[in-house]
Amino acid sequence: MPRYNYQPFPYQRPPGLDVEEPRHQIVIVGAGPIGLAMAIDLAQRGIASVILDDNNVVSVGSRAICWAKRTLEIFDRLGVGERMLEKGVVWKVGRLFDGDAQIYEFDLLPEAGHKYPAFINLQQYYVEQYLVERAQAFPDLIDLRFKNKLLEHVDAGTFVKLEIETPDGLYSLETRYLLACDGAGSPTRKRMDLAFDGQVFDEHFLIADVEMDTSPFETETPERWFWFNPPFHQGQSALLHQQPDNIYRIDLQLDPDADPEEEASEAKVLPRIKAIMGDKPFKLDWMSVYKFRCAALQKFVHGRVIFVGDSAHVVSPFGARGGNGGIHDVDNLGWKLAHILTDISPESLLDSYDEERGHGAAENIANSARATTFMTPKNASEMRFREAVLTLASDAPFAQKLINSGRLSLPCSLAGMSLQTEGQTKYIKGAIAPGTAIPDAPLAGGHWLIELLNRQFCLIGIGNIALPEIAGLQRIGISQMSQDYRCFEDSDGLVAARYGTDIAYLIRPDGHCAALFTADTISDVAAAFSTAKGC
Amino acid sequence: MPDTEIDLLRDNLSPHGDIIYSKLIAAYDGLDEKASAALSARLILLMANQIGTPAILDALIETARQYEDA
Ligand SMILES: Cc1cc2nc3c(=O)[nH]c(=O)nc-3n(C[C@H](O)[C@H](O)[C@H](O)COP(=O)(O)OP(=O)(O)OC[C@H]3O[C@@H](n4cnc5c(N)ncnc54)[C@H](O)[C@@H]3O)c2cc1C
Repeated sequence: MPRYNYQPFPYQRPPGLDVEEPRHQIVIVGAGPIGLAMAIDLAQRGIASVILDDNNVVSVGSRAICWAKRTLEIFDRLGVGERMLEKGVVWKVGRLFDGDAQIYEFDLLPEAGHKYPAFINLQQYYVEQYLVERAQAFPDLIDLRFKNKLLEHVDAGTFVKLEIETPDGLYSLETRYLLACDGAGSPTRKRMDLAFDGQVFDEHFLIADVEMDTSPFETETPERWFWFNPPFHQGQSALLHQQPDNIYRIDLQLDPDADPEEEASEAKVLPRIKAIMGDKPFKLDWMSVYKFRCAALQKFVHGRVIFVGDSAHVVSPFGARGGNGGIHDVDNLGWKLAHILTDISPESLLDSYDEERGHGAAENIANSARATTFMTPKNASEMRFREAVLTLASDAPFAQKLINSGRLSLPCSLAGMSLQTEGQTKYIKGAIAPGTAIPDAPLAGGHWLIELLNRQFCLIGIGNIALPEIAGLQRIGISQMSQDYRCFEDSDGLVAARYGTDIAYLIRPDGHCAALFTADTISDVAAAFSTAKGC
Repeated sequence: MPDTEIDLLRDNLSPHGDIIYSKLIAAYDGLDEKASAALSARLILLMANQIGTPAILDALIETARQYEDA
């Protein structure tokens, strides 16, 4: 068990054991990071939900530790981003080794003018703890039920009927939507017998968290070290990076024919860690052996059951797209459900969740499968190409770029999909294309653009362009003055640099650009707004 | 190192590098050693024909051979 102080969440006897509960709007199965984030997103939009979880503690082991910028911006909106940033570790220097020799070193120079860095390292148990504590701030809207295991569900067309097991016995619930956030092994998915196809990789990986007071990097600043052909064990790759609390994560790739149980024994693991750490004292904190696959459901929306996070798609851990991709699902789905449940949008808006997040999952899977291929060459020719890249990389920038030890999670573009309006994009230089996740920028008075644009539909005008008034559409002006809506100064000029000027953008509640305008034609804006809502 | 090398090593593949790499890998799928070597020869000839300029080919060959014992 990690040294993290696990506090079991209390089980409370659910009302459904004694009386029939009124039908709920939303029941979420799974209080992992995705289910919890989902409930908070909905609560912030005024939508109540019940969360069922069969367990009563946060993630056992650090699991997902890399949280990328876009995900942190979403967490900011959910009210946990700043806390994560404060606790998390930011590394800048990455080193790549081939055997003993360093082949390449890079410095992740952060671009100025963003509230959040490219990513932070923070153990999943902290993320879940912060999310649970945040969820508890909505006692009227979030009903957290630990030790409530979903056993059965039946989609009755207009609602879903659930059978739930608790320490006090069985009860049932009805809900308009069931959100399956029940993880990679999703019992909901299995119960529905849905195909979950993809690619399995043969290698086993061993993850170990070790606690040590002296940094193995021998520098003050956290680094990330990656080895191909590590000198300290037989496998093809190894990774070392830092988490808060002086905990270091080691990922070791094991041979396909390695015996996972034997590999996960201290007798095998401790000498390897010693080989990496030298004689610096350390303590083993947590260890796990796993085999992974890249797979996804064909569709995420099945009648009244919607799959979110690992239940819908799993990826190899390289590039940290599992946890991040799931949070992007939440960001995409939350406002759509809220629009449907408040009768602003038709239920068919959910088709766009399938369209957009299906694309996101495919992109994440493609990226992590490519990284996995590079890290686990499966035949002589793959090995030859990798050796050639590693050899040339000591001199050649093009080869350095080809070294793939995981590509950082980035938000996918939704360009060309049904909620976006293409308009005149192609003719505007320096503007953000519809479908893009909008970049952050600082504003006068200590404000950040993402804090303003990440919540509800918003029309933002930069420079000389008037913003028409449309019901339900918030307006924000940058570098302009108005009596009718809030305006901000572009103190560092970075809004103009990143967005262009004399332009207006329609921004979705998930911070993606839906359309842009160079003239204040109310009919164009209204049409794009309608399209973006799926109306 | 010859001056031309700077140009030879410059990154021309971004942002498509990962995709191009995976296409190269996929091209060899299912081939045994002999068939792989033959495919490499054909690919190199086709690429040489695309490059066309003898001086660049000379520099490429020289650069690739520098790493022989690596
Ligand atoms: C060993 C390991 C290492 C990992 N490392 C990384 C990493 O480095 N980077 C990364 O990005 N990702 C990593 N991941 C993946 C990452 O942890 C997942 O992407 C993330 O947890 C997905 O969140 P989720 O909420 O969808 O699912 P989960 O976190 O799996 O949560 C699912 C929840 O559903 C509950 N549940 C399941 N069935 C029922 C039921 N019938 N009734 C009630 N509740 C139920 C479970 O108890 C659980 O709490 C790792 C995963 C593992 C296992």
